[in-house]
Amino acid sequence: MGFLDRLDKGLDPVGPDIMLGTVEDLLNWGRSKSDWYMHFGIACCAIEFMAVNAAHFDLMRFGAIPRASPRQADFIIISGTVTLKMAERIKRLYEQMAEPKYVFSMGSCANSGGPYWEHGYHVLKGVDRIIPVDVYVPGCPPRPEAFLEGMVQLQKKIRHQEIFRKREKMSPEDLKAIEDRKIEMEKQYQDYLADQKLKNQEIG
Amino acid sequence: MKSNEIFERLIAEFPEDIISLNEDENSESFIYVNPRNIVEIMLFLRDENDLFFDYLSCLSGVDSKENLTVVYNLYSIQLKHRITIKADIPKENPSIATVEKVWLTADWHEREAWDLIGIKFEGHHNLIRILNPYDWEGHPLQKDYKTPEYYHGMRVPV
Repeated sequence: MGFLDRLDKGLDPVGPDIMLGTVEDLLNWGRSKSDWYMHFGIACCAIEFMAVNAAHFDLMRFGAIPRASPRQADFIIISGTVTLKMAERIKRLYEQMAEPKYVFSMGSCANSGGPYWEHGYHVLKGVDRIIPVDVYVPGCPPRPEAFLEGMVQLQKKIRHQEIFRKREKMSPEDLKAIEDRKIEMEKQYQDYLADQKLKNQEIG
Repeated sequence: MKSNEIFERLIAEFPEDIISLNEDENSESFIYVNPRNIVEIMLFLRDENDLFFDYLSCLSGVDSKENLTVVYNLYSIQLKHRITIKADIPKENPSIATVEKVWLTADWHEREAWDLIGIKFEGHHNLIRILNPYDWEGHPLQKDYKTPEYYHGMRVPV
């Protein structure tokens, strides 16, 4: 249960100016009210997203601040058609984000391919085929109200999340998958270094 | 200048290469030409004082099952008249001379027609894909194109 949900339920604080709770709840409360996002506008949903950001709907009152770098972002908003060419870039950006990270899939195209469902030779049928999505916002494009509802859902999700001793509760398969991915990424990095060295030698 | 006047001017200059004029009140009229001398025809259209087609609005490729067609939409900014030129090329050897020396804007249009339809523009200085990834296989807007099952490990069809 989240920190603020206790107040909503009408539980009395212990005494004047004192409220008891777990550190996890407190941290989650802070995290959910300060989500920095990386905006990844790739089609007309990004136009609707401008309205979400502008004064009338004002996304910033949720504590969401736009960042231009994946390194500083808590979640990424995929707003638009994900082509196969762009999908690889999205995956790379997602991997560059620091944990904990979330994905916001905005509109029919990012959810499922949208109008390109049947004949789009170039469109990925849903961004969840390459990265795990936390919130799907339906619509073509979604109304700003729908986006704000998604934002509320994301905050709810963060508020109820476990952040301590997560690994202890993981299944052995998941842990193994994480270790395998680590080894694979280390290998990719070594390959990259070797490649760079080779290139530098060529340049001389 | 009306389209039939443009057609008369062309057929007087290139009697063997101009095939037909198609006049349609509801759409733009177009002239079929032989792809053999396309650059000379285009230079003539651009440089004559009464034609003066100084602007290539669009260059597209079309797959009409039997053969491929290159469509040139020309417009004269100064004289405010327009014409569409079409050239049919065989599917077995889909190649035509580039017009990028005539209008620079043809550069990217021709790359697009190569990328999506597979028309080879002979003499183009940089005929590489423009929309699809460089390692894409096939030309997707051809009628007999088959969507690949996978691209870089991502499943493409539903």
